[in-house]
Amino acid sequence: MSAPFDTHPAGPTAHPAAGPVAPEDARIADKPALRRFHQASWDEKLIFELGSPGERGVLVPDVDPEITEALGGAVEVPAALRRTTAPALPEIGQQQVLRHYLRLSQETLGADLNVDVGQGTCTMKYSPKVNDRFVTDERIAGLHPLQDESTVQGVLEILHRLEGLLKEVSGMDRVSLQPGAGSAAIYANVAMIRAYFADRGEARTRDEIITTVFSHPSNAACAKTAGFKVITLHPDADGYPDIEALRAAVGPRTAALLITNPEDTGIYNPRIAEFVDIVHAAGGLAAYDQANANGILGITRARDAGFDLCHFNLHKTFSTPHACGGPAAGACGVTEALAPYLPRPTVEYDADRGRHRLDGDRPHSVGKIRPHHGVVPNLVRAYAWIMSLGADGLREVAETAVLNNNYLLHKVKQIRGVSVPYATGRPRVEQVRYSWEQLNADTGVHSEQIGLRAADFGAHYWTSHHPYLVPEPMTLEPTESYSRADLDEYAAILAEVAREAYEDPETVRTAPHRSTVHRVRPEALDDPARWSPSWRTYRRKVLGAADAT
Amino acid sequence: MIRLGLVVNPVAGLGGRVGLGGSDGTRTQRRALERGAVPCAVDRSTAALAELARRTRDVELLTASGAMGEASARAAGLPARVVHRPRRPGATGPRDTVEAVRALADDVDLLLFAGGDGTARDVLEALGEEARLPVLGIPTGVKMHSAVFAVNPRAAGEIAAGWASGSGGPRLRPAEVMDRDEAELRRGRLTSRLYGWLPVPYVPVRVQQRKAGSTGASPEALGGIAAELASRAGAEDLLILGPGTTTRAVAAALGAEIPLTGVTALVRAGGGNGCGASHCGDCPSACGCAVADRAVPRAPDGALPPLGSPRAALAPPPPRPPGAAAHPPPPGLPPYRTLATHLTSAHLRALARHHPLLLALSPVGGQGFLLGRGNQQISPEVLRTLAPGKLLVLATEAKLAALHGRPLLIDTGDDALDAELSGYATVLTGRGRTALYRLSH
Repeated sequence: MSAPFDTHPAGPTAHPAAGPVAPEDARIADKPALRRFHQASWDEKLIFELGSPGERGVLVPDVDPEITEALGGAVEVPAALRRTTAPALPEIGQQQVLRHYLRLSQETLGADLNVDVGQGTCTMKYSPKVNDRFVTDERIAGLHPLQDESTVQGVLEILHRLEGLLKEVSGMDRVSLQPGAGSAAIYANVAMIRAYFADRGEARTRDEIITTVFSHPSNAACAKTAGFKVITLHPDADGYPDIEALRAAVGPRTAALLITNPEDTGIYNPRIAEFVDIVHAAGGLAAYDQANANGILGITRARDAGFDLCHFNLHKTFSTPHACGGPAAGACGVTEALAPYLPRPTVEYDADRGRHRLDGDRPHSVGKIRPHHGVVPNLVRAYAWIMSLGADGLREVAETAVLNNNYLLHKVKQIRGVSVPYATGRPRVEQVRYSWEQLNADTGVHSEQIGLRAADFGAHYWTSHHPYLVPEPMTLEPTESYSRADLDEYAAILAEVAREAYEDPETVRTAPHRSTVHRVRPEALDDPARWSPSWRTYRRKVLGAADAT
Repeated sequence: MIRLGLVVNPVAGLGGRVGLGGSDGTRTQRRALERGAVPCAVDRSTAALAELARRTRDVELLTASGAMGEASARAAGLPARVVHRPRRPGATGPRDTVEAVRALADDVDLLLFAGGDGTARDVLEALGEEARLPVLGIPTGVKMHSAVFAVNPRAAGEIAAGWASGSGGPRLRPAEVMDRDEAELRRGRLTSRLYGWLPVPYVPVRVQQRKAGSTGASPEALGGIAAELASRAGAEDLLILGPGTTTRAVAAALGAEIPLTGVTALVRAGGGNGCGASHCGDCPSACGCAVADRAVPRAPDGALPPLGSPRAALAPPPPRPPGAAAHPPPPGLPPYRTLATHLTSAHLRALARHHPLLLALSPVGGQGFLLGRGNQQISPEVLRTLAPGKLLVLATEAKLAALHGRPLLIDTGDDALDAELSGYATVLTGRGRTALYRLSH
């Protein structure tokens, strides 16, 4: 029985799985295992469509008379810097702005709102709020990136110490904190690989980079962006990176191997050091994409497997916010041999003078990956997070994340229609790529539809990168932040949606029913003629405004 | 002891080497024989039975007389009881398959049949929709979109032996009987039609998957593959493209329109028909290459007289599928034009004598077959003429992913060559992008 707009779950049509309707005086324990969730739908306009001419959120005061006086007359922005037309900003009051964004926030799911273990590979963990206090403190928030280094010794010291901590975690000799995210860090590593071979006169001959299909697609994309040819290895029958394929792929053209471990399947490649050796024997370098480091912190290190370069996503493993796609923070670690190529400036400590300084005089450097010193607020958060845990704490993070993942694995694999492809019977590290292939064969319901239905219970869900190598994939990564009750709730949601798929597939196929009523139409994202990343393009492409160019 | 039935369609696969795209119908079969086709169904069935006999002799074989089974059993050294005789032994057709299957069905535990999609449809007709009898196809047809076939004849023998051993043998699963949708093909779309299911003892990688529908790859992805292919082609190379939606789209990105079926030769436009003097010493003219005792027609601009086309010499160009409309070659790509379509194995061998060949194939979607399904024209003899690195595989990342880890497959009919080609194939997936993918037989 389909219930397209099940707005009264407590009524007579309530789903049986929603459990007994708690009486008025019900204790918390009597709450049903599955929430009777319903998302808000505000039908909110875009902010550009709100407000009215002349409405203001902030009235900018006149220049203080004392300042005017001190400067000897009227203070004006120099004519050359003055706008000739007013910026096309919305004109709207503060309360209206607040209400607008609060409403929008109610129409989404997010890490601070729902059990976010369904966003596999993204390492959704708690970003401690106390760390936000550090970065909103005037001593950080009030800094300008162009300040003289003598006036920012404190923050330079934090960056230098953070580099030291990440050197310890990775085993590498130097670390750059400049990249703004994981992909930027991979790009920095690829740029360093290119510069390394250019210095050795091998830029033309070593033009191939090898990666695996279960490593993050940014590895292939960054290699391609930097001008390399890319060879992708597919897994062997057990789902491990195929070592024989690697042997077939390496040669005098090999510049580097870019590989994740564990890969996005959550399977740890125990022969990783052999992979590195094979590439080294061919004269290439090995770069470790440590986006999936959350299960191995304090347990194994890039350097121990022989890697020349590695990178961390500080917004994943080290708790800084993902910020809806950025800015995040990445960190590249390299061996001494590659240190000359690090992005500049580096942060150096002059022990004699007891001072920190920025070193921009690095002739072999690949240059800047982003302006200034990186995303400093996130670097401060990552520093605070590591310092709050200590070395033992980092290891405990990894152990808890692995335990949580294998607990969830144990629960999920009992659900009808789900399977755990590859490496049969072996535990996983920090995430699992599951398959709903059997459920799909039995019911016709697809993994994406399960995700849309899970949203009706207030849960977010992700399949995998495209194209789907695992049929009907689902990727879950519970991290250390989620409690046993959180994991039980998530597993119960999946079990309920699977039950519906078998008994009432139409409800799943037509979901979501209790979420903000929308489905993303991929053609609007895939078609350059229709996508609208800004208000101006939205007016032109969607509203058909003639004056919007 | 289990009782095994065997029904061979003696004319299956007849059109393969001679580029007819199929063998259904007496007219096609006659034309195939005129072009020098050699029947292969009996030999390939023999290979299956020989593998079975090597593993077990604990089976009782029931079959039809002559080329419909008896001959293969004898050649494999397996005793067989003949329970059906076709009315006209030298000219068997679909009715004979249906009658032979019906004669055997009630008395056997597993039915092996040798043929292609047409034969599989006849078996389905004979057994009906509700068939319970386990069935396994020995692949001897031209194209086999159905999932009822072993990946090669030896695998069929191996699975039959496993079935005979009883406990612990493969489990049954319903497998699709499919055939090419000829009406859709005339509209320029290569799709398969589902006719029904037959229960098949399933062994992963030893029993093939059905052909999957085209993934509808983006023009950008296919343009990238075309660019990579062109960058790897020498100016003198004749580009030999296998059949399919991918190769046709790649050809379109190179500026050439080719049919969805058959094997096609492309040459670099304005490159003297691809004939350099160094390669054309014995060419009768600037480029009227002697191919299979016929001159390669010098293709005028526009309409191309297809060489050895089963249709009229001036067949209309294939209709353009909606959406695949003329994408001009990406900037910097050398334009190609079609030299000849519907090539036979003999044509290809003759072309190889005069030109370096660069062979580009795309796997059958979902199934993974590169050779031995729908492109038997690319025979072992042709493959042995290729220089190292001159066999390239074209597939989008999505098409590879849709194999879900199963290997690419080859079944050329020459075991030694299959073994030689196995290992890892370089698959062109985009401009400057390749995948190394397992290739098995």
